[in-house]
Amino acid sequence: MATVDDLKFQEFDDAANLLAANPDATTISIDEPTEIPKNQHGRLQEPGREEDDELLGTDDSDKTELLAGQKKSAPFWTFEYYQTFFDVDTYQVLDRIKGSVFPVPGKNFVRLYIRSNPDLYGPFWICATLVFTIAVSGNLSNFFIHLGKPTYHYVPEFRKVSIAATTIYAYAWLVPLALWGFLVWRNSKVMNIVSYSFLEIVCVYGYSLFIYIPTAILWIIPQNMVRWVLMMFSLCLSGSVLVMTFWPAVRDDNRRIALVTVGTIVLLHALLAVGCLAYFFDAPELDFPVPVSPDHNGTTVIIES
Amino acid sequence: FAGLADVSIAEDIPVEGEITVPVGSRSPDEDYSTLDEPVRDTIMRDLKAVGKKFVHVMYPKKSSALLRDWDLWGPLVLCVSLALMLQGGSADSKDDGGPQFAEVFVIIWFGAVVITLNSKLLGGTISFFQSLCVLGYCVLPLTVAMLVCRLVLLAGSGTISFIIRLIVVVAMFGWSTLASTAFLADSQPPNRKALVVYPIFLFYFVISWMILTFTPQ
Repeated sequence: MATVDDLKFQEFDDAANLLAANPDATTISIDEPTEIPKNQHGRLQEPGREEDDELLGTDDSDKTELLAGQKKSAPFWTFEYYQTFFDVDTYQVLDRIKGSVFPVPGKNFVRLYIRSNPDLYGPFWICATLVFTIAVSGNLSNFFIHLGKPTYHYVPEFRKVSIAATTIYAYAWLVPLALWGFLVWRNSKVMNIVSYSFLEIVCVYGYSLFIYIPTAILWIIPQNMVRWVLMMFSLCLSGSVLVMTFWPAVRDDNRRIALVTVGTIVLLHALLAVGCLAYFFDAPELDFPVPVSPDHNGTTVIIES
Repeated sequence: FAGLADVSIAEDIPVEGEITVPVGSRSPDEDYSTLDEPVRDTIMRDLKAVGKKFVHVMYPKKSSALLRDWDLWGPLVLCVSLALMLQGGSADSKDDGGPQFAEVFVIIWFGAVVITLNSKLLGGTISFFQSLCVLGYCVLPLTVAMLVCRLVLLAGSGTISFIIRLIVVVAMFGWSTLASTAFLADSQPPNRKALVVYPIFLFYFVISWMILTFTPQ
């Protein structure tokens, strides 16, 4: 007889739930071997508490860290150690990208998608794509804006690629480093704060930059209003992913510090977007000054008949 | 041993042959020593190997010739010629023009190394230098495209020449990507093929972009 609980939507590890409910049932598991240990920390709470649990993760953060430690057991000088950071399939990467573009309010990106399997594939290649997209789109947009002007000679502006690469990779790696250090420091002062590992923070930042790729392509359109609307839109989306990830980590702290932290995260994100727009994309409808001012030296010709 | 009793050779078929293994009775001239051969033979052998690989790239079939005997001569020649043809930055404009020789060289080799590392980290079974060899050889269609673009630019640099260049570069970009994917895709785990193919696509896209935006001084 199905109870009310059974009719509610269960999270994906309902195999553990069913097994807990009926320990004698035979189970066939076709998952990969690495999947099974993660799911065995069976969730025995009611479904109503799962949202809070996902946001806080205080119950199973030790267990997930322990299980994650079981996974990455190779010493750091071997190649296998780094292979554990690329242990993702195509559909997992696509799911994470989808989660960064359509943030579900109330769901934590790290808990929902990364689930103690942070990868470096996404952040690295999303940043690489973003670098080249911004450089190419900026070049194209400048070409279209200045097209037809007689004094314009097209240059490929290859220097900007290296500048874009430095900026974006520095943002995607140094800001997570600073944030991780800050969270670890606060964690030592105030207990019970959710803490993320450095790789999880890098992962969130990397995937949150994905929305800027189509935005950069659309920035080719030479209209100021369109560009700013696009930027606000993408800033809201990726900013909300970051805010929803880091708010549970700092909300137990001093109110002011929590707000300042989250505000700084959003501000740096906005600075990146505004800086890229200002530097790589010329302002549209920029007319070269046509000399129409009258000469003071009086070149008027007076015809005297 | 009951079944073995049925296995027997009919008595009317004579069994004959030699069982001795021929011990090396070859003359010293047939030894595989390449020290005494004329220099021309040595060079021609390597040149023929490189040429055979070029042919394999232009008509990509799933053969393992590129993978088995890898060499980096072809990629070096292609990279140097492409970088020579692409350099053309003017020193007097504030935002320099196209990429310099060193930039193209570094992009091609560093890009190939990063893609190889990426595919190995994702669990690919190909070796490091084999992958470098394939990626380097598959730059050949883009080098041909660069040559064609320079010739077209000699004739003029209007809209028609741009359209011709665009078509040629897009076609060669597709050819390069398909050729390298044909050689490399089999060595990847099946549920990660797209993750490996995408960086190759990005790599050849960047090279194609540099070729397409080349403007002579």
